[in-house]
Amino acid sequence: MILLSEYIAAIDGVNITPVMDAAKIELSSGYVCDMLSDVMGSAKSGQAWITIMKHLNVIAVASMTGIPVIIFAKSSNPDQAVIDKAVEEEICLVQSSKTAFELSGILYQMLN
Amino acid sequence: MQDCAAVRSDMAEYWNIESGHEEAIMTFFDNRPVADVVLESEITEKDFVTSGRGSADVKNTLKRLGIGPEILRRVAVASYEAEINVAAHSNGGKMESSIFDDMIHLRFTDRGPGIANIEQAMVPGYSTADDLVREMGFGAGLGLPNIKKNSDALHIVSDYGKPTMVEIVIFY
Repeated sequence: MILLSEYIAAIDGVNITPVMDAAKIELSSGYVCDMLSDVMGSAKSGQAWITIMKHLNVIAVASMTGIPVIIFAKSSNPDQAVIDKAVEEEICLVQSSKTAFELSGILYQMLN
Repeated sequence: MQDCAAVRSDMAEYWNIESGHEEAIMTFFDNRPVADVVLESEITEKDFVTSGRGSADVKNTLKRLGIGPEILRRVAVASYEAEINVAAHSNGGKMESSIFDDMIHLRFTDRGPGIANIEQAMVPGYSTADDLVREMGFGAGLGLPNIKKNSDALHIVSDYGKPTMVEIVIFY
């Protein structure tokens, strides 16, 4: 188990929902996928979801699945409406310039 | 298994009931009791912005009733997949959620055009989704399989050129 704040530092990430305190979110694992139904079918609560998808339904998927944080790879940049919805649903959004491959490698290393 | 109230003889039907729940499910569908709490919402064709609100309402209501996170996740995922299915594949429809003391019953009914082959639609990876739906990250052919995986009972009545009805039961 690691803190999201530690992971954000390791990936040079930015918390684009600063109202959500990354030091209070614990990560047990991660899930990497851009297919929303696959995420809903297989992701588990407590996992960081790494994706480049950035539309509104991504927030709904995270909310329904119990995912506490979405990591947007390759600087994928969601609209303000998406950020607002994430805050409403208490989901933290993090942006990083790294690829999904790099982001998952770093998370995997930190967790193991 | 028969469900005389819902099935028309000219339509195809699919049932999946998780083992151990057969009797409770039979009793429920035979009696079709009315719940204390019933939520209803419309689902508009190809509207992926408001689709999901019905599921969010259900999830929040169950959360307020003290239902645990794993059951919440199962209900939310099954419900959201079904809602997205109506938006993605039908001419629009509605969702009705009946919340009981020990279970939830979700019913999705649409205005067609129906499922030509329900068994095929249940195969993971099979999808008839259009490009718009796929661009959204849906259309992986996992919607109905995900609903099946997360529910204690799944009942589908449909046919090509007909409305579709999907019913889901999840025990707490």
